Amino acid sequence: MLRAKNLIYLFLIFLLTSLFSFSQIIEGNPENGKTLFGNNCTACHYSGPEEMRKIGPGLHSHLLEKYTEDWLIKWIRNAPALTASGDPIAIEASQYDPSQMQSFTYLSDSDIKDILAYVEQDPTDFEKSSGTVDEVALTSDDSSSLSSTKELDLTTIITIIVILSGALIFLIFINNALRKGLNIQEGFLKGIKRLLFMSTTIKFLIVVFHVGIVVLLVLGWQSLSKIGIRQNYQPDQPIEFSHKIHAGMNNIDCNYCHQSARHGKHAGIPSVNVCMNCHETIYEGTNSGTEEIQKIYDAVCWDPDLRQYITDTDECQPKAIEWIQIHSLPDLSYFNHSQHVVAGGIECQDCHGEIEEMDVVYQKEKLTMGWCIECHRNTDINLDNAYYHLYDDLLEKHDVENLKVEHIGGLECAKCHY
Amino acid sequence: MKKQKKYFKSPYLKGNEEYLHNEFSKKVPLDGLFEGDKNLSSTATSRRDFLKFLGFSTAAAVLSSCEAPVRKSIPYLNKPEEIIPGNPNYYASSCFEENVFSSLLVKTREGRPISLKSNDKYSFLQGGLNSRTYASVLSLYDSSRLKKIKDKDGNFLNNIDKKVIDKLSLTNNQGKQIVLVSPTVISPTTKKTIALLSKKYNNLNVVYCDPISKSGILDANKDCFGERFIPTYHFEKSNVIVSFGADFLAEWLDSGHAKQYSKKRNPGRDMSKHYQFESLLSLTGSNADKRVPLNPDENLKYILYLLGEIQELGGYEKSVNLELDKHQDLIKNIANELWSNKGKSLVISGSNNKSEQVIINKINYLLENYEKTINTSIKSNLFSSNDSDLEKLHKDVSVGKVGAIITNDYNLAYYHPKFKELLESNKINFKLAICQYIDETASLMDYMIPKSHYLESWGDFNPYNGVYTLQQPTINPLFSTRQSEEMFLAWSGENISYYDYLKKSYESENNIKWNTALRDGVLFVNQSAKKYKFSIKRNSIQKNVDNCIKLLNDKKDFLCLYTKPSMGTGLQSNNPWLQELPDPISKTTWDNYLTVSPSYAKELDLKNWLVADGALNGDVVDLTFNQKVYRLPVYVQPGQAHGTFGISFGYGRTKAGKVGNNIGINAFKLYENNQLVQKGNFSVNKVSDLEHEFACTQVSHTMMGRKIVKETTLGEYLKDPEAGNEAMKFASYKGDVSPSELNLYEEHTPSMHLWNMSIDLNKCNGCGACIIACHAENNVPVVGKQEIRNNRDMHWLRLDRYYSSDMNKDLAAEQNTGAIEMYAEMEVPSSAENLEVVFQPVMCQHCNQAPCENVCPVAATTHSNEGLNQMTYNRCIGTRYCLNNCPYKVRRFNWFNYKDNDNFDYHMNDDLGKMVLNPDVTVRARGVMEKCSMCIQNIQKSKLDAKKEGRKVRDGEIDCACETACDTGAIVFGDMLDKSSRIVKEKEDPRAYVLLEEYNTKPSVFYKTKVRNKKI
Repeated sequence: MLRAKNLIYLFLIFLLTSLFSFSQIIEGNPENGKTLFGNNCTACHYSGPEEMRKIGPGLHSHLLEKYTEDWLIKWIRNAPALTASGDPIAIEASQYDPSQMQSFTYLSDSDIKDILAYVEQDPTDFEKSSGTVDEVALTSDDSSSLSSTKELDLTTIITIIVILSGALIFLIFINNALRKGLNIQEGFLKGIKRLLFMSTTIKFLIVVFHVGIVVLLVLGWQSLSKIGIRQNYQPDQPIEFSHKIHAGMNNIDCNYCHQSARHGKHAGIPSVNVCMNCHETIYEGTNSGTEEIQKIYDAVCWDPDLRQYITDTDECQPKAIEWIQIHSLPDLSYFNHSQHVVAGGIECQDCHGEIEEMDVVYQKEKLTMGWCIECHRNTDINLDNAYYHLYDDLLEKHDVENLKVEHIGGLECAKCHY
Repeated sequence: MKKQKKYFKSPYLKGNEEYLHNEFSKKVPLDGLFEGDKNLSSTATSRRDFLKFLGFSTAAAVLSSCEAPVRKSIPYLNKPEEIIPGNPNYYASSCFEENVFSSLLVKTREGRPISLKSNDKYSFLQGGLNSRTYASVLSLYDSSRLKKIKDKDGNFLNNIDKKVIDKLSLTNNQGKQIVLVSPTVISPTTKKTIALLSKKYNNLNVVYCDPISKSGILDANKDCFGERFIPTYHFEKSNVIVSFGADFLAEWLDSGHAKQYSKKRNPGRDMSKHYQFESLLSLTGSNADKRVPLNPDENLKYILYLLGEIQELGGYEKSVNLELDKHQDLIKNIANELWSNKGKSLVISGSNNKSEQVIINKINYLLENYEKTINTSIKSNLFSSNDSDLEKLHKDVSVGKVGAIITNDYNLAYYHPKFKELLESNKINFKLAICQYIDETASLMDYMIPKSHYLESWGDFNPYNGVYTLQQPTINPLFSTRQSEEMFLAWSGENISYYDYLKKSYESENNIKWNTALRDGVLFVNQSAKKYKFSIKRNSIQKNVDNCIKLLNDKKDFLCLYTKPSMGTGLQSNNPWLQELPDPISKTTWDNYLTVSPSYAKELDLKNWLVADGALNGDVVDLTFNQKVYRLPVYVQPGQAHGTFGISFGYGRTKAGKVGNNIGINAFKLYENNQLVQKGNFSVNKVSDLEHEFACTQVSHTMMGRKIVKETTLGEYLKDPEAGNEAMKFASYKGDVSPSELNLYEEHTPSMHLWNMSIDLNKCNGCGACIIACHAENNVPVVGKQEIRNNRDMHWLRLDRYYSSDMNKDLAAEQNTGAIEMYAEMEVPSSAENLEVVFQPVMCQHCNQAPCENVCPVAATTHSNEGLNQMTYNRCIGTRYCLNNCPYKVRRFNWFNYKDNDNFDYHMNDDLGKMVLNPDVTVRARGVMEKCSMCIQNIQKSKLDAKKEGRKVRDGEIDCACETACDTGAIVFGDMLDKSSRIVKEKEDPRAYVLLEEYNTKPSVFYKTKVRNKKI
């Protein structure tokens, strides 16, 4: 039903656009235009109908109905100058929003034509034709497939354990029977016979009993050794923030939000003012529309319609966002992010996994002491750091070819526990 | 003081026997643990029920442990740019409390001040911080602080500015006095706000008070120089220092003296010579090269005699002719020495007697010390009170001239007990206290207005002429408090915040860069240096001499009042760190007491004794002073002058808060006429059948002939720098060898660093600031009096004090004394006349062949490749083998959970007090061992900084709490593998030695021999 409706809409849109395209035909490369649009225009404009207002209006083919191409090129290149020159159309256009459109003097005519060519096309059409439909990759199946693989792993392990323990029981059982048989006066054969002619129910019960005990022991051991280890911990966060969109698709550097990872002990959860750097203008998200981003606005009291902060505390009280900590170490161990990121030069992903692929973050590694130690045993020290230059005899002292973290005390208790 | 009357079955049982039987039956303080459930003991719980409970609770525990708790991580809404969670921020500020000024750096973590250190930008007069200033950061988080405006009926109010203005205007219009009682104010801008107040209320009378008055010096200088002021002294320029009862290393005038003094204490030809004449054994006296115990009258007599000698040397007519019973030659020698060091000597006195100070001034004038070692152009503003002002105030109040009184954070009723009655009476209509606590004074007032702590306040200080510093808040006020200046501004009708007012007054007047000044905390404004001319008439000197002679009468007993470095005047009585900081001399915590010399104690049949578990008990006396009786314990103090008693100020608080209440007696009640010495007006009587329990961290007096502190004289040192530190040799099959050659163990090879610490015993004066700094840095818990008594103190760093003994092994061999007799005599400190005192800070020695490491069954204490002995708390199972095997006794066991435990009701059991904890250091739980870590958290931090910046660790960069706190520079910490470091040079010093070398533990801490400036 839904799909049919969509198709009809699409068809209508196609018809409309093809109609309008008669009025003005822009020669340009929409492919290049898309990149340029993304780099220069998205801070203030959506590509879409005029009503989709960001700071400026949404941009679509209606532009070319309203304005001439030449005028548009002038306007886009240097709107302030055009307004200042007294152009009546420009003056009217500049009254759209108090914030003025900035100049893009570095764009050539062909660049602007490319942009206009992109804008003129229907964005959905364009994306379909160029085959980069991002939404497909963003379905929620992804996370579920992830968890199913995890489940699969667990079930395989359990099955193998059950089979193995069953075999073990069986062997023990045979062994016992054989022994009994040997010890019993009637002799070996009779013992086997006794075993064989036992009632099947009893045999079954014996097997089930033993298998059950083994399974319980194995499961008990497994669960006990998991206490305090939160591998794969994936709590629901107060805001459905996706690292995949931010770090993966938009390529935002990890340090942009977690900047204290380079300076201090904690990587730090970005304060809400950092979110607002972008979300002052981006009020609609890819996954969840405006719903999740609205939660940021609620926290800092931002009115997206008026585009300003609500200062009246009766109307809105700023409130903290209570994120749920995923990676947490016990208090007794000291861990410093900057030590590992700056001095050690290791990547975020080495400990946190492919964060940029995760819609909902989970803890990839065990974060046990054994895990730390293993890394300290295997990681090379960067001897280029001038800190180590004083100690040129380090390699001889330890009689190794590559100096590992363990050689400079990386396995000592008081390096992390004090 | 909690005392229990004790009955004995038989007189023979009194003494040790009773304790011998009970040696191990000390009660564990579990009282109150089950109080919440009174029915617990009465209910009949069957065995079955018990098993059911057990089963359920085990199952519940297992189930709950399977699920990890959800931990929230809450970021800032709008993060301040300068805060990086996990990294400290430092702010420069200043502090002026109890007449002690310090310029400091406040370390804050996520907006909480957690520790203090001295500000390097402020190098004026080498000022440093004393232990009380270090501890003041804990007072900020005191839960006993007044949190809201309160009236006498106990109601909390939100704002009373209007009411105050009305009342003050009314009083003013009635023509009655409004009195503002304030401690000395050294802030120019505070003075301006007070001036605004007096402009609005022209009957305002401002009375500046100092708890311990220095009127004597101020008035003497008025006579001699024509102006009431205190000059600054330069101990670092003095070759000869003669102090008559002035405890200048700890309490006298300025906290910067110790640092100056230490500059001239390096052994060598220019080492200063320090004579101390005093009645009680003070910290300064303990450090003197020659100390003479004298009672206060003799002290005065010696000053007069010295004046005569100096006058004679200068060819002047002697103002006084008297003979001394003893020491005549000594004073003659001192006079000669002073005379030959004219302009490079100092003679000072701790008395508050004007005539005595005039004579001291005259001596210094004759010695040409003015403008050389005593600077009159840089005046000290730290004391300003005038004894007569208070007298007048008392009179005015008595006759009803005063209509309103405001105390500005000054505990009038405690410091000047005679005001208590006046404040209790209805003589004053409107009584207002600006206070931090509902203290002895505030509780008598109509309204109590909470004042911000100095770490929450803005301010500026002018401690010395031409020196200005700034104070900035490092935390928002924790409670609804304001600083006094805000109130003064509001009450004088100014509608401006104090911050704006302060900033405006600086920006307009001095043309300074506000932000730079604020960052540095210091701004120097050079004023025209006015020098004062010593001009006093000859007959006026004679008059003062005659006054002094009149004072000398043949009264026998003297009561000398003194301040402890830990408690001062008692402003911070409610600070548990300070209560638990042992007195440097008596090593007693949580107490004040009557000190008396051993010889006089014997005469009066007073004694101290050790009970079987090693704690100290003492007799109790009744001190009758002006018909009032004070009951207090006796502490027998070696080195004290015969015929004198001593009591310290700062105790006997009744409304200090949960920690400081009812400890000891208030010595201010005995501080008559502001004189530190009282004579003839008291008597001491022993109370039989009562005994007092002391809590001392050290009860042994002497080193028992062992070379724990190595000591020599300057004469010997100049001949041979290794004097007193002769190499130790053991006889072995290889011949005589040093202990390190007889080694069974494999040596540790350091990889990148080898951290060592040097402690110069010549520079350590035993003040104890390092102990407090260590407390703050390492979250050391406070354990309380009883636990200290049980030898369960938790100080990671202790300061040992040893007295000299007249007996030694050579003497015993000479006199043919038997071993038992010899050791018995060794336990006895020398006579007062010959007594010498040494101090030795002892923390974990970080042995490179550590006895503790070998015996730990779980490898909880291990050796690092940087020469440190590491303690891993989460591995420790509490066997205490390490503690028993440690020859230095520096390991501390957590007998209890000190955190969140109401049996230890100090600061770690409330959220507020916990804010002072250093987040980089684990708060240890019950059942684990702990000890000095050499501030490993700071070592790691500095190493990381170096790695991040791609450089080596700079020498001196690492912030070891004790090293940073040591004003005198006695402690040096550094890397032995860094050949250019200070520590390498220290180690090469012939004075360097390690403690208990014979054990061959190869410590990373080493000491430097003490050298006294004596010929032999």
